[in-house]
Order: sequence, then structure tokens, then C-alpha cells
Amino acid sequence: MPSTIELKQETEVKVESIPAHVPIVKIDKLNVYSKGTHILKDVSTVIPKNKITVLLGPSGCGKTTLLKCLNRLTDLYPDLKINGSIKIDGEDIFDAGRDITTIRQKMGLLLQRPYPLPMSIYDNIAYGLKLKGIRKKKIVNAKVEKHLKEVALWDEVKDRLKTSAQRLSIGQQQRLCLARGLAVEPEIILADEPSSALDPISSKVIDEEFLRLKSDYTIILVTHSLRQAKRLGDNIIFMYYGEIVESGPAEQVFENPQSKILQEYLRVGH
Amino acid sequence: MTVRRKYEENFFRFLSFLFTAIIVFALVQIIWTIAKKGVPSLSWQIISQEPKGGYYFGKDGGILNAIAGSFYLAVSATVLAFIISLPVALFMNIYLIRYQRLLIGIRFFLDVLWGVPSIVYGAFSFTLLMYLGYKNSLGAGTITVAAMITPIMIRAMDEVVKTIPIGLQEASLALGSTKTETAYKVFFREALPGFATAILLAFGRGIGDAASVLFTAGYTDYIPHSFSEPTATLPLAIFFQLSSPIEEVQNRAYAAAVILTLIVLVLSVSARLLKPRK
Repeated sequence: MPSTIELKQETEVKVESIPAHVPIVKIDKLNVYSKGTHILKDVSTVIPKNKITVLLGPSGCGKTTLLKCLNRLTDLYPDLKINGSIKIDGEDIFDAGRDITTIRQKMGLLLQRPYPLPMSIYDNIAYGLKLKGIRKKKIVNAKVEKHLKEVALWDEVKDRLKTSAQRLSIGQQQRLCLARGLAVEPEIILADEPSSALDPISSKVIDEEFLRLKSDYTIILVTHSLRQAKRLGDNIIFMYYGEIVESGPAEQVFENPQSKILQEYLRVGH
Repeated sequence: MTVRRKYEENFFRFLSFLFTAIIVFALVQIIWTIAKKGVPSLSWQIISQEPKGGYYFGKDGGILNAIAGSFYLAVSATVLAFIISLPVALFMNIYLIRYQRLLIGIRFFLDVLWGVPSIVYGAFSFTLLMYLGYKNSLGAGTITVAAMITPIMIRAMDEVVKTIPIGLQEASLALGSTKTETAYKVFFREALPGFATAILLAFGRGIGDAASVLFTAGYTDYIPHSFSEPTATLPLAIFFQLSSPIEEVQNRAYAAAVILTLIVLVLSVSARLLKPRK
């Protein structure tokens, strides 16, 4: 018996000193089917902590489906049949006993278009905090300010926090959505082509946010833009027709593409 | 353009104009007829007094019993219908959103219920009430009218909630909300302006309907003091008083028609104004 306790203590020490390259997400033989179509085929990969991992590939290759599997938004689509496993911090998210809301709170989500909640700018951020049980006015105020500053929105909105979030420009809305996601203190940020609907300036702001945020968060970014992938990606996962064709550190994948399809993609996408 | 196509164009434009004019003319004619006969008999006495000496034979008094009764009935029926409709409309669009075939079925049945004539609701409720041993009353009328306007309200709310993009649901769930929180804290607020329209629409149908209250609410000269008492309503005030041989009573019916038309008109216009512009 004493040996078990010793072992346990040892593991705990190890957990605290996780080096940055340790995977935070581990996907193993993930298959997704929809009405007879095989959307994701035997997808296995790891996503390292505190890096920007880019899911790259042409439209319809399964990038978004893979992203939505990670926080189980796929639950919304009863037609999808999923098997395989996804482990986040070592816990399988498909385990029946898992509380899905806690899993989702580990991840902030940014969609193609911003979807501000139909309430004030302040409440958009306070909403997630309240779900986590944080209700003390002082703490909420401080967090709203902190996270709006984090996305460089504070100066633009500090005088009108009580106005409707839907009156902001689309670029501001997207940054608000990012701040809203950060407020629930996730470990991971899931972003599904977050700047595709934005003007160049707002999209640059979002890109810069990501580069700054990666020291604190693990970012998983879906994009079909090669430029964005090159600018932001530390780690690239290239997908084609539901399969991972190549993956690895950005330099390696871009400098030395192995597969014909990726070589073609890089050539056409300049 | 060939000559033929030109004639075609002119001909169909003329037809559209003609039929539009007929509709507008009919509406103006209806309002004119009611106004001509009703407005002269409108007076403070009409809207401030209950009928004296019986609604059928008494020349004096007004229709306050019917105005108050109609409002009591329509307001309580609308509240009841809203309590039922809100969860249904949200459930359909949050929990059933991906079960399209089931949704099509539910919408079809609601549309059928919408189309059921109100006299059928009246007859059905009457049979049920007889069986249960209830009498004609404000409460019975409320339940009947609520049953009649609930499908209308659900479908009107459903049309509003349907336009909310699935991205908003994903965004809310991703923050860690449950589906119920998404429904009542996010979707409800998003849909609120549209819900106001749905409520007014249903209220307008409820207050103007005669057949559903004919067997269920009864008729009386007095303002009801509880749900178990019978109540007068404006549509039935028109119906009963118009068949009286006494001219003053008939004029009261026209006055009631003017008041009812005004109420419905104001409701329709407010519903139109409240409709969210996108």
C-alpha cells in the first residue's frame, strides 16, 4: 500500500510541472458519419499546450466538424454518429458521466460571424461569469474590465457598457465574443475562421490578439487561408476529405511538404 | 419588347390594381357602414354604464358589461395561451431544431388547429364543460378562447424564434449554458420584440371572436366579479342587441361594433409597428 501513495504523490508533482509541449488535447481514431457520409476518417492527433494549432484545408474537408467535436457542439446534430475518443487534460469528453457544460467552459469559442448575446456589452461578459457562480458585483466589474482590455476593446466601449452589444461594429462584436469566451477562463480557444467576415483591420487585430494570447491559452484555429496559417501557426494539421494528410510544426509542414495534395495547395495558395 | 408582351404587362398591371382597389373599397365600406350607424350612438353613457332593464329590451344604459367582459376574457385567455405557447415555441426551436421532419409535422398540426373554426372550439368546450358539470362562465370562456388562440400564438412565436441563427445557440452553449438557460436567457430576449407582435395578434383574435364564447361564457347584464360568473362580450353584445326589435338597443349594437373594430384596429397597427425590422 505505501508504494501506491508514493506513486500518487509522484504523479501529482509531475502534473504541476507540465512542460509546454505536453499535449492538452489527444484525439484517437475519431470517426464521424452523417447519414452514410464519412466526414472524419480515423483522425488521430495531439494538440500541444500554449501553441497555435492551425487546422488547414479546403472547404468541406471536415475542419469545422473536428473543431465542433472538441466541445461537443456536435450534440446539436443528432444525425452525426461519432466514435473514437477525445481526451482533454487526460479526460475523455465522450464519457457518459461527464458534465458537458464544464467541458465547454474549458474552451472559448469564436465563430465565423460574431454572435453577441441579446444583452448589453457588460452583460455579454458577465453572463458566462454568472454561469460559473461568480456574482459579486466587484469581481464581475473587475473581470469585465480585464477581459475587455485583453481584446483591446475597453477604451472603445468603457463609456457605454450598458448599451446593446448588437450595436457594435462587426469587428468590435467579434472582439467582444473573444472577451466573452476568455471570461469563463478557458484553457483552450476554439476559433472557426474567426476573421473571415471581418474587414482587414479588425481581422489583423484578432490575429494579433491570438499571438499575444498563446502564452496563456492553447489556440485551435480553423482556416482555409494559407496566409493566416503561415502568420499564426506554430503547429499545422492539414486535412483533406476528412483525413489528416500531414501534421507537425509549421516550418516542417510548410518547408517540406510530403504529400502531393499539400504541395499543390501550397503552390496554388502562394 | 414585342407589342404582345407590352399588352400583357399592361393587362396584368390593370388586374392587380383592380383587385387591390376592390379590397380597399370593401374595407372602407365596412368601416363606413359601422361608423355611420355606430358613431352617432356612441356616448359617454354607452361606454360607462351597464344596460338598464335588460340588454334586450332596456333602452337605457350602455355596454360597459361587454367592454369589461371582453377585456377580462381576452386578457386572461392571452395570458393563459402565452404560458403554454412560450415553452412550446422555444422547445421546437432549441430541442427539436435538427429533427426537421418532426417539426414539419408539428407545424402542420398547429396550422390545422389554427384553421379550425372557432364554433368548433366552442362546441367542444361546451360538451366538455357539460360533462364536467361546469356552467357558462368567464373561466369557461377563458379556457375556450385560450385553446383557440394558443395554436395561433405558438406559430407566430415559432416564426420569430425560427429566424434566430443556430450560431447564437452554439455561442450560448459554448459558454457553458444549458439548453434551458439558452432558451430563457438568450433566445427569449432575442425574440422579445417579435413575441409582442405574436401576443397582440392572438389577443386581437381572442377579443373579436363570437362563436367560441357563445356556448361557454354566457351573457349577462353585469360585470363579472369572478371566473365562475357568466360574462358579456362585445361580439355577443353586437349579436344579441342587433336582433332586438327596439331601435335604441340596435344602435347600441352598432356602437359596440365601432368599439370592437377600433380595438382590433389599434391592436393590428401596434403589432405592425412592433414588428422588428431587419
